[in-house]
Amino acid sequence: MSVIASTMAPAEARPAMAGQPFLAVRDARKHYGAVKALNGVDFAIRPGEVVGLVGHNGAGKSTLMNVLAGTVQRSSGTFRIGDTEVDSWSPHRAQAHGLRCVFQELSLCANLTLAENTRVMHRALKGFGWRRRAAAAIGRTLDAIFPGHGIAPGARVSDLPIGARQMAEIARAFSETDVPVRCVILDEPTSALGHEAANQLLAYVRAAAVRGISAILITHRLDEIMAVCDRAVVMVDGAVVAERPIAGLSRAELVGLMGTVEAPRERERKARPAPTAEAALVVDHPGRVAGDLPIRAAAGDIIGFAGLDGHGQRERLRALYAAGRRGAHPVAYVAGDRGTEGVFALWSIADNLTIRSLDALRRRGLISVAAERALARSWAERLKVKAPSVDAPILSLSGGNQQKVLFARALASDAEVIFLDDPMRGVDVNTKQDVYRLIRSEADRGRCFVWYTTELEELTNCERLYVFREGRAATMLSGAAIEPARVLEASFGGGHD
Amino acid sequence: MTDATLPARPRAGRPAWLRDAVAVGLPTLALAAMLAVILHIRPSAMSYFGFTLLFKLATPLVFAALSQMLVVMLGDIDLSNGSFVGLVTCVTALFLQPSPVVAMVIFALMIAAYAGFGLLIYLRQLPSIIVTLGMSFIWLGTAVILLPAPGGTAPAWLSGFMGWRPPILPLPIWIAIAAAVLGHMAITRSSFGAVLRGAGANPRAIERAGWSLVGIRAAVYAAAGVLALLSGLTLTGLTTSGDANVAPAYTLLGVGAVILGGGAFTGGVVSPVGTVVGALTLSLAGSLLSFLQVPPTWQIGAQGVILFGVLAGRILVTEKS
Repeated sequence: MSVIASTMAPAEARPAMAGQPFLAVRDARKHYGAVKALNGVDFAIRPGEVVGLVGHNGAGKSTLMNVLAGTVQRSSGTFRIGDTEVDSWSPHRAQAHGLRCVFQELSLCANLTLAENTRVMHRALKGFGWRRRAAAAIGRTLDAIFPGHGIAPGARVSDLPIGARQMAEIARAFSETDVPVRCVILDEPTSALGHEAANQLLAYVRAAAVRGISAILITHRLDEIMAVCDRAVVMVDGAVVAERPIAGLSRAELVGLMGTVEAPRERERKARPAPTAEAALVVDHPGRVAGDLPIRAAAGDIIGFAGLDGHGQRERLRALYAAGRRGAHPVAYVAGDRGTEGVFALWSIADNLTIRSLDALRRRGLISVAAERALARSWAERLKVKAPSVDAPILSLSGGNQQKVLFARALASDAEVIFLDDPMRGVDVNTKQDVYRLIRSEADRGRCFVWYTTELEELTNCERLYVFREGRAATMLSGAAIEPARVLEASFGGGHD
Repeated sequence: MTDATLPARPRAGRPAWLRDAVAVGLPTLALAAMLAVILHIRPSAMSYFGFTLLFKLATPLVFAALSQMLVVMLGDIDLSNGSFVGLVTCVTALFLQPSPVVAMVIFALMIAAYAGFGLLIYLRQLPSIIVTLGMSFIWLGTAVILLPAPGGTAPAWLSGFMGWRPPILPLPIWIAIAAAVLGHMAITRSSFGAVLRGAGANPRAIERAGWSLVGIRAAVYAAAGVLALLSGLTLTGLTTSGDANVAPAYTLLGVGAVILGGGAFTGGVVSPVGTVVGALTLSLAGSLLSFLQVPPTWQIGAQGVILFGVLAGRILVTEKS
């Protein structure tokens, strides 16, 4: 700790922004039994300041956010809002002070319309004509943040794709009725947004800061922190280890503060030609409509699906998976939406990990518990899943570690073709690098990966890339042609979209 | 996977309000079809008096179904509904006439108990199906202790009210319309109703928006208790006596009416208008079978077939929309 503490600038040396903090916590602690989620955190934010909160999964960012939002009670520590010392803090009081949150797992009610969801957050929206006023409030904010969003306030949330839901939730947090917004906490707000919407949001956060609305941005996309924040706060193991103004800070320095080194792109990309020999193919899926490219892959290939969010990548991936299940080569699917289609919430890590491999674990018709545990243990170890034992419940793991278990489920199976459905959403840099390395080594051993991702950086892991536009695999890029600029160009189809 | 082969497009085929209308429209159609069959067999039923007889027993079921609807809205299920109604008829027949204060105190305690086990389910994270199943035996046992054999008398004003003949439409129809309109305003249209439905679908989101789930759940369960109480009172007014075993079927008929009316067990998706229409449909199913001269021994099974048919029809319609 002492080495880390010395990197923290003394409070006096921080760039002084005008005015006193909107909100400040001192020595905040939170224990869950013996687990210390927050271990004495000092944190303050001034009006109009944008603070980036970074750290690995499990570093305590979400706990800090929940303490600030009032959804989790701190175990000890002082909490000030403006001049007043606050004893017990609650979501209701937080909102009355203009503090809003966008949680990582979306918290809209799917059965309600957008207008009704807006009403849930605003107590002032009641009485005659509340629907109209709620629709106006959310519509106004959506227009301001995401011009051209195309979302109707009367639409039911369950009818919206995930990207639109995230836009709606962000807009709801910024919407105003009786209480002016003073500060918004955004936890991985861009994870489900397309490139354009993410940029719109970041621009809005900057514009709102000028009006005095502060923001706390929690994200693994460090470029976003570099682009909009005034100050970066780095957390490790439940404590703040560094606070730096963004001006003069480089991305690599920021990563260094988190205690990791950004792994160099160690892979030289061989431009493998698209395989044509019928025998070697493990994936062969013809295009479904005119202008839709056929997708072919041989053993050992890593194929990427790119394009703007919601342009048919996931649908094609599912169609490929469905076709693969009927085919000769065993397939596996790694879900990106952990909560709804990934984990079995009530099961242990071992049960979750081995569910795809039950056939191989069968001894005389019954599942061998010993073989199951051995398989689970060896893969949990290979993927460095941070857990006391493989018998721990899966939900006791942080999001990134749960995702590792889902990876392990596919990798531990006999699958020759593995489909990845944007699995690295909201996962920290270290985990990502571990998983990328593993994917490449598994590919070298003859497995084929078909990888849908919304993170442009990840595409550099692929040998061949299909860029989707309007439901079709419109462009194929391979080898050195896989560059973010080319991908974006292909996504937008030369400007008309 | 045929849909996966189509290009991505907005998923909402029809606007939300139209899908709601379809959900309510189906039980309405079923109701109209049943009425048409009955009126075809017995044209004389097409009168003020005929409708009064046809829908006489629908009133208590409407209230019981609305009570069930509130619980289903929270994502729970209430298996104690029917025996609670039975206990209410016993308390009404025994105490309401001679000592109204005692009856009122007992009713208040019963509603408090409803709110209490609603909270128990939430605070201890218990499955509602277990807790309410247990409660159903407690209600039934209490009722049997109070009134071992059917008996007692309903207060004259209560049976008088249930026999009242208001102008234009028969009383059961007026009550059904009033219940549907009030329910629609409270649950579907009001701003507080939006919070209640949200609490059933995504309680965590509601809590994060600063609402007290404890308060919401206690209030909704208490309201469910009040509606079940109304069901018991109106039933006593009709039968003029108390009987512990008068209404066990209300539990599942109520669930059937909620689902028939467009509700879903996932919580947060309910329609008061649909529920009322569903309750009318299910109470008419019995009469329809008598008119069709189905032997009494077959009637319960045949009622199940009708329920099954209408529910299956609803699923087919929802899948298409």
